[in-house]
Amino acid sequence: MELVNKSLRELHTLIKRKELKPSELVEAVLKRIEETESKLNAYITVTDEKARRKAKIADEELTKLSEDEIPELFGIPLSIKDNINVENVRMTCASKILENFVSPYDATVIKRLREKGAIFVGKNNLDEFAMGSSTETSYFGPTKNPWDLERVPGGSSGGSAAAVSARSALASLGSDTGGSIRQPAAFCGVVGLKPTYGRVSRYGLTAFASSLDQIGPITKTVEDAAYLLNVISGQDSKDATSAKIPVPNFLEALNGEVKGLKAGLPKEYFVEGVDPEVKENVLKVAELLEKNGVSVEEVSLPNTKYAVETYYIIAPAEASSNLGRYDGVRYTYRAENYRDLIDMYCKTRAEGFGDEVKRRIMIGTYTLSAGYYDAYYLKAQKVRTLIYQGFQNAFEKVDFLITPVTPETAFKIGEKTDDPIKMYLSDIFTIAVNLAGLPGISVPCGFDSKGLPVGVQFIGRAFDEETILKVADFVEKELKLNTVPEL
Amino acid sequence: MKLSREEVLHIAKLARIELREEEIEKFREQLSEILNFVEKLNELDTEGIDPKFSVVPPENVLREDIPGLSLPREKTFMNAPETDGEFFIVPKVVKK
Repeated sequence: MELVNKSLRELHTLIKRKELKPSELVEAVLKRIEETESKLNAYITVTDEKARRKAKIADEELTKLSEDEIPELFGIPLSIKDNINVENVRMTCASKILENFVSPYDATVIKRLREKGAIFVGKNNLDEFAMGSSTETSYFGPTKNPWDLERVPGGSSGGSAAAVSARSALASLGSDTGGSIRQPAAFCGVVGLKPTYGRVSRYGLTAFASSLDQIGPITKTVEDAAYLLNVISGQDSKDATSAKIPVPNFLEALNGEVKGLKAGLPKEYFVEGVDPEVKENVLKVAELLEKNGVSVEEVSLPNTKYAVETYYIIAPAEASSNLGRYDGVRYTYRAENYRDLIDMYCKTRAEGFGDEVKRRIMIGTYTLSAGYYDAYYLKAQKVRTLIYQGFQNAFEKVDFLITPVTPETAFKIGEKTDDPIKMYLSDIFTIAVNLAGLPGISVPCGFDSKGLPVGVQFIGRAFDEETILKVADFVEKELKLNTVPEL
Repeated sequence: MKLSREEVLHIAKLARIELREEEIEKFREQLSEILNFVEKLNELDTEGIDPKFSVVPPENVLREDIPGLSLPREKTFMNAPETDGEFFIVPKVVKK
């Protein structure tokens, strides 16, 4: 357990000084996976043999390299959400339709991690095609929350969050379309960062809702999140939406200098329906910051209450288009018996997709169809403008926002599976951030009376991850919570 | 509002998803509920507001036209359900 509790920077230092071999570290993580997987189901694929082989090569290389030649992730094993392509490794997106799909290439984020020496130990469970808030829609069965095995880890990056929490991953990459990094991070007591839209290349991330999707780190600490963000950020010619904006050294932002910053508490995020214990823990963070020289004022994001509705028009519309490619021609699964081409499409998709994916494709198909486009899709995109402007107005007055990540702590497995709308509402505080393309980070800030972790969310201006990382790091170090579950 | 059985079947047809008999009623209920839920947006007056399709400014991203490698053929076809190594094979579309 000792090794897997260390930060990425500490592990890098040990490796650099040749006090730790990559193979020892890889074995420590694989051992932890073996100990916890029967309880958690956080991985769909464990690439143990590959990881061992890479580690052995790294062991040898290490003997030939001088200290300053060793890149920052050299020999460090990471896990990856199973909707991001890792070359020659199976990528299922937790769907039957991609059960046997093998990635033909590396996503840009994987390429960047590899260039810095990272080793990949496996692919984490998720909701099918990242559509869900509990990891229950996975074709490979739900992931369990390490804090309470009867509860969900959140979703859709539930496997990544559960693995990092249980220390069966040192750190992981997830994806966030409406809260899929931040919400599971909050439910599992770990750190989840959704960078600004455009900060990180999406090339090689399986497209769900392209105007909202963003890759980001799920880690034990804020420092680890900054550490990984340094590596994965930056423009990429393979993703035209990746931004031509310089990437700072995010670790330098973690200097504790929060004095003089201005924080906003959006009043719409503290309304009825939010669990009082969640509210209390989040407001304590605001008090803590205030005591340390941060000015805290109430702000208003008046159209927040329309965010979930807006999202459930835009995201399914984009998904219905993006998932059109799974038609039995190029991507592994094809139905066995069919009459003709159209029938093959219809049967392949009927057999290959689960219910939530079918629901979203059909909703998207409907709202984009002739006669309904203006009433639904165009209307939602106009409301998106209002939500975006709401944030712009708030950021004229303050530097960052403090909100809960979720209205409640982790719920029970099965509790919301029959009620799609109830499930959708668990993302009520994260969704607006995606609609506006802003960065948001989820950090553990306490526990409720059931012993479940509570998360606080800091939302920043576009391309100002530095401020929210600084604040998150400060809060984490002040609170000194024990976020290792007994498992 | 509630979708009719015919509307559900029409949507499924457009989405190329075959529905089993018992799924038709279930999705009719659920899709109707979702549509009722999102209808809340009609409370908002959006007259004169421009839509925001993306937070990224709509600019062309250009680069030099330099030849480079693309995905090799064996990688392209490695996940094909049916292929001869040069083409994706699909059921016959054109009638004689």
